[in-house]
Amino acid sequence: MTAFDATVRLVYLAVAATFVIGLHLMNSPVTARRGNLLSAGAMTVAVAATLVVLVHAGSVRPWAWLALAAGAALGAGAGLLMARRVAMTAMPELVSLFNAVGGGAAALIGVQDFTGRGGSLPIALDVLIGGVTFSGSLIASGKLHGVVPGRPLVFPGARPLTAVLALVMVAASVLLVAGVAEGWALVALAAGALGFGVTMVLPIGGADMPVVISLLNAFTGTAVAMAGFALGNGMLITAGALVGASGAILTKLMADAMNRSIANIVAGGFGTGDSAPALTGGGGRVRSLSADDAAIQLAYAARVVVVPGYGLAAAQAQHQLRELAELLEQRGVRVSYAVHPVAGRMPGHMNVLLAEAGVPYDQLADMDEANAAMPQTDVALVVGANDVVNPAARRPGTAVSGMPIIDADKARSVIVIKRSMGHGYAGIDNELYTDARTGMYFADAKKALAELTAAVKVLVG
Amino acid sequence: MSTQFLADLSVFVLSLLVGFEVIGKVPTTLHTPLMSAANSVHGIVLAGALIIALAADGVLGYALVFVTAAFAAANVVGGYVVTDRMLEMFRPRKDAS
Repeated sequence: MTAFDATVRLVYLAVAATFVIGLHLMNSPVTARRGNLLSAGAMTVAVAATLVVLVHAGSVRPWAWLALAAGAALGAGAGLLMARRVAMTAMPELVSLFNAVGGGAAALIGVQDFTGRGGSLPIALDVLIGGVTFSGSLIASGKLHGVVPGRPLVFPGARPLTAVLALVMVAASVLLVAGVAEGWALVALAAGALGFGVTMVLPIGGADMPVVISLLNAFTGTAVAMAGFALGNGMLITAGALVGASGAILTKLMADAMNRSIANIVAGGFGTGDSAPALTGGGGRVRSLSADDAAIQLAYAARVVVVPGYGLAAAQAQHQLRELAELLEQRGVRVSYAVHPVAGRMPGHMNVLLAEAGVPYDQLADMDEANAAMPQTDVALVVGANDVVNPAARRPGTAVSGMPIIDADKARSVIVIKRSMGHGYAGIDNELYTDARTGMYFADAKKALAELTAAVKVLVG
Repeated sequence: MSTQFLADLSVFVLSLLVGFEVIGKVPTTLHTPLMSAANSVHGIVLAGALIIALAADGVLGYALVFVTAAFAAANVVGGYVVTDRMLEMFRPRKDAS
């Protein structure tokens, strides 16, 4: 190894180590931003060092330089534009899109490497995983954006088709690894992988997107690591493995928070909102509240916990919520937010939406913290959340059974802001709504919160 | 199985374990920025895109380099910028009360 090669490898090692430190700094909101900047710095060094390698080699054709420069400029511009413009509610679409391009790039590296050196296991896995990630993430992004219908799409013959595609991928991979195949096997592998990505994500419902995005994130990382194997580049392997681990952890956490296995989610068909309603006890009376009743309850409480659900974000009511919370705090009410892991459409999404509205992060409680404090809470204010506060989850035999929930029903009283008595994704009645201590305030979240804020101001000045 | 492959495999397995260890501690509050940050990290494929330019020859090769570079650059630049935008919003309480 020449001194030049050794130096490059040491720089790559430093970059990989810095990625680890950068992710480690994500452990706290205080240091997270610094961690991301550190990681970006390492990325800049990695790209600069690789450019030096290219110049040093001196064998890059002028057309290849041009293709690189033009591609990078186009990609960087598009990425920057999207990152600047995206609304925080649309974050899952964007993350999914970046998964797609990352996986796609990894797969293309595999293709290019094949044309130079022939087949190998890493190349086959790279193209396979990268291809599945690319098309799967595009479909997921499309579903979240509403371009592709969010409901599970199951067409006749979908399952046999998926099985055939899986078979094509395996057969083509085996031929590539054995070294008996030509380019056509790579084309078959790529086509099989792209098709499989589509048939894998189409039947999965919108409610399961937090799991799907996490899973595809893990896939992208793995694809990049495989590209690293193909190129013999340890930096790509480390970075890819870190992302793979991160995606795997989040996938597991999200699946646990829904009380479902990953296999069950990928098998699809859930999250339709039209499954047969399970029988629930009683069907008790619903108590409807006026704005004044609700305002008085909130204003004279010592402790209020807000339970936000996706309905809040859909109504874009985070800012009204923060206004109400600040008004209550001025009166000495302690306000915190109980955030369920699957509130929103990707892991932790609701926290970002609340942070955007100016809610300080020390008021954001995770499920365990929030539940521990619930018995000392005067009012649980549920805004646009449904299944994640349904006490039926504690009993066996319902669609939500076993799912960890926010124990809103353990607070001294409950106010639910909701547009109607409609069902959530699980498609069952919510016993919390008919609880004797619960008052329902039927309105759109944005309007309701504005009315409550006005009522608090008028009543208690 | 070559020495190179075994060395790479070791790096892969140990990196996975480091990842589980480091990321398992990230609080749920930060899971979206975490995923976005991880997304930026896999933008390292940009370095891979540069490396394949070394061997690129012929129209197909150049086209592959072009698309790969575009995908990877969008991933890197967009990923870091949007993660920073998100993390900037996470602020502590203004007053100490």
